[in-house]
Amino acid sequence: MSAPHPSASPPATGALAIDHLSISYLRRDRVLPVLTDVSFHIEPGEAYGLVGESGCGKTTVAMAVMCYLPTNARIEGGHIRLRDTDLTRAGEAQLRSLRGNRMAMVYQDAGSALNPSLTIGRQIAEVYRFHGGLDTTAAMDAAAAMLETVQIADSARMLRRYPHELSGGQQQRVMFAMALATSPDLLVLDEPTTGLDTTVEAEVLDLVARLRSKFSASILFISHNLGIVTRMCERVGVLYAGRLIEEGPSREIFSTPRHPYTLGLTRCVPNRIMRKDAHRLDPIPGSLPPLGLAVQGCVYAPRCPIARARCREEDPPAFVSGERRVSRCFYHDEVSGIPRSEEALPAIGGESAGGDLLRVEHLSKRYGAGTNQVVALDDVSIELEAGEILGLVGESGSGKSTLAKCVVGLLEASGGEIDFAGRPLVRLGDWRKPELRRKLQMVFQNPDTTLNPSHTARRILTRAARLLSTAGSSADVERQVTALAAAVQLRPHHLDLKPSFLSGGLKQRVAIARAFAGAPALVLCDEPTSALDVSVQATILNLLVDLQTKERVAYLFISHDLGVVRYLADRIAVMYLGQIIEIGRAEDVFSPPHHPYTEALLSAMPTIDESEGARIKLSGTMPNPANPPTGCRFHTRCHRFLGEICREREPPWQEDGEGHRYRCHIAPADLEAAQQEAMSRPAKDGNRPEAEIRA
Amino acid sequence: MPAPLAADRPDEIMRVEQKSATQAIETNLAPGRAREVLRALWRSKTFVIGLAIVLFWVLDAIFWPLFVPYDPEGLVSPTTLQPPSAEHFFGTDDLGRDIFSRTLAGARPTLTVAPLATAIGVAGGILVGLFTGYFRGIADDIVMRIVDALLAFPLIIIAVLVISILGPSITNVILVIGIVFTPIVARTVRSAVLVERQREYVAAAKLLGNSNLYIMFAEILPNITGPIAVEITIRLGYAIFTSATLSFLALGIQQPSPDWGLTISIGRVFLQTAPSEVLFPAAALATLIVGVNLIADGLRQVLEE
Repeated sequence: MSAPHPSASPPATGALAIDHLSISYLRRDRVLPVLTDVSFHIEPGEAYGLVGESGCGKTTVAMAVMCYLPTNARIEGGHIRLRDTDLTRAGEAQLRSLRGNRMAMVYQDAGSALNPSLTIGRQIAEVYRFHGGLDTTAAMDAAAAMLETVQIADSARMLRRYPHELSGGQQQRVMFAMALATSPDLLVLDEPTTGLDTTVEAEVLDLVARLRSKFSASILFISHNLGIVTRMCERVGVLYAGRLIEEGPSREIFSTPRHPYTLGLTRCVPNRIMRKDAHRLDPIPGSLPPLGLAVQGCVYAPRCPIARARCREEDPPAFVSGERRVSRCFYHDEVSGIPRSEEALPAIGGESAGGDLLRVEHLSKRYGAGTNQVVALDDVSIELEAGEILGLVGESGSGKSTLAKCVVGLLEASGGEIDFAGRPLVRLGDWRKPELRRKLQMVFQNPDTTLNPSHTARRILTRAARLLSTAGSSADVERQVTALAAAVQLRPHHLDLKPSFLSGGLKQRVAIARAFAGAPALVLCDEPTSALDVSVQATILNLLVDLQTKERVAYLFISHDLGVVRYLADRIAVMYLGQIIEIGRAEDVFSPPHHPYTEALLSAMPTIDESEGARIKLSGTMPNPANPPTGCRFHTRCHRFLGEICREREPPWQEDGEGHRYRCHIAPADLEAAQQEAMSRPAKDGNRPEAEIRA
Repeated sequence: MPAPLAADRPDEIMRVEQKSATQAIETNLAPGRAREVLRALWRSKTFVIGLAIVLFWVLDAIFWPLFVPYDPEGLVSPTTLQPPSAEHFFGTDDLGRDIFSRTLAGARPTLTVAPLATAIGVAGGILVGLFTGYFRGIADDIVMRIVDALLAFPLIIIAVLVISILGPSITNVILVIGIVFTPIVARTVRSAVLVERQREYVAAAKLLGNSNLYIMFAEILPNITGPIAVEITIRLGYAIFTSATLSFLALGIQQPSPDWGLTISIGRVFLQTAPSEVLFPAAALATLIVGVNLIADGLRQVLEE
């Protein structure tokens, strides 16, 4: 074991040095510590990632660095140094000039960070006028130049636009333009791509990488996504419950973690080879200690698989091991030997009896009429066998949720057929018979609104059991509620709580139990884990797999997270602008030949086990569904654009054996050759010019 | 069917239990929303002062017979229009009745009419608002245009019109105010329902096969109590004011009741020579309305936080 280091970070030489920083929030009369003894530094020009689950203090670090802490926050000790300036001692006037000139921040939600009533030009020019001392016209010119730097085409016209006229990706670029206007020493990025679609996210991340070579700013990159941090940063710090528990070079820290929490984080995300029938996700047991709970010993000890008596008594110091690796764990040498959890895989039941459970044919859904008509679903056909998981992926606005809502009966389709268990479905749920409702249920996306805030979990489940199950007497119903709660691993005392007292994961478990109250044959899952932290997501995914194998349920699983879909789904359907553009077995969809859009989605996916290949960057955003492109709908963004044929003729379905088909003019053999070649091509900066130029 | 999930698998239960042993408390420790609101209200000066004023008048309306020195409706003094004195704290009116006693007793008719009228208006408004907001469609459009039309008239004009047709009586005043309030409350309730019906729990309730009535009253209604509470207090203030106005116009409560509006109406003839007969009931009325409005403001501030 290596010796504890006197101080986790060497003396302040870097662009940013945080020294033993402790911060508390005052709430009512209580002092709640949020950061405890956090130390790290960032070298000039270095990108430093800060990861951790929600509530671990990431944003507090960012706010402390920018000196934007809320009024009830108190710095209990430590220093934040930007080069030679101690920010904890700086006055308001000094801070104002520092914020504009030497450090800048890009926020998570660009849409609300920009002023909706001022043009983009004015907002960027403002930075030049106040901090650069330029006059109005010079500032506007500088703003235009900066827009080009952040790769917004047609900058002159863009300057006159208002934030709502820009797409999410463009708004985030404008935020970067404003942040970089004064060439700051330090750029703080707080989840800059959360909420953006995968392809847009990849675009923004590429922009950051390119800007780094142009501007020499140090970057503090805050994210909950380990893949993004691995891709973007040289070094990474892992925060847990307000403590920096591990630090190291990003390539090493996730491949050979030296802290059990880091290891836990890497194991709850499904990686490229994991499949639900061969691997179980390894969720971290328990949850983050509540804010302000006094902990003796290591904060992670209650959830740690290798915790010993010593861990519960002494707070572990920072151990330096290897080159630039720091871990706050007494037993950091043993971390690599922690076995995966021994939970047995649920026995997969026999192959499905065959026959389609759900058959959707030529389904369409239109809103509005005339020139305002939006086609949300256009000629969608899918089929689902009993006990099968069909993953449905696509960017926001592609019609995934509309499809689910039409199937479940919350929306009335405009045309087409839906057959369920061999019988045509009544289009609106109100008219469906109880036994049909029992067989077809849905789990929603947002844990905060999926449960009625005024009802206890018990009341919610009792109501579901009464309406969906065949249980007659109230004793039967009660017994069933208990069984449902046990099946989703809710503890009895959770049942008597209202949703505001339950964590996101627990709420989602109640919602799942509600959907399973009547022994469903098909459950539609609309991004059920997208609002949850990775460790909670792992628990919910395991739960869904368990229920599926035990109950022989089929899922239509909607997600924008390809990693999750690859882990979970037997078959995958890819949607773009209201159409299914590819459908087939998961392994077929994930390997060439596949639709160019699928290819782009896959390459945009950040993972921690990334084998660095050439990334495909899609240009532009999804076209307006009210006015979809002619011919192939994807041709405006396609990197394998052929020419006239794509623009004019709707592509045919190409069959690639065993139920795998995609909609493209390129034949499977040609596409496979081209895609194999692209995958083997090494990555280089500014690759694939042909994919970028087109607007 | 899900019953046998875990129940018949002891090892399954064991696993759950072992896991939860290491699990920290997964629920957050913050106090419940209702308790939080109550505590915040108690800290709000606006609310507490308003509550104290209103409470004073409510207790007075109930218990005034125990305090008043004279019969409020009796001709107790041979000298009319006296200024305040030790014998008659607020003086006497044009018929020689004790103004102090009449002012205290005047709270009762006001605090009978206004809450009842508000109750009718709120009950009607909740019904109309829930139905129109939940079902939308043509009925919603029609009802809302009627509401717009009603709102275009000053409340008092409609009330005067109706009362002059039906004849003045306490029952009519209560009914008229209640009915005029219904569309106003309905509009507030409807907009709250519109937000709430978009939430996923309503979709989930539909998928379970709950009836529309159940969804409206058991799922949505409990979640819009905040705006309804604010609306109740605001309406109460208006109801007090309207009932006083109708009495003043001799369309409401009739002589010899010590009702404040009525007393002000009679006393205004003598305003130059003996202001007490107007001044004290008017002050009483003003404090009550201010009190109710303070409660409304405090409630709104706390609920909006």
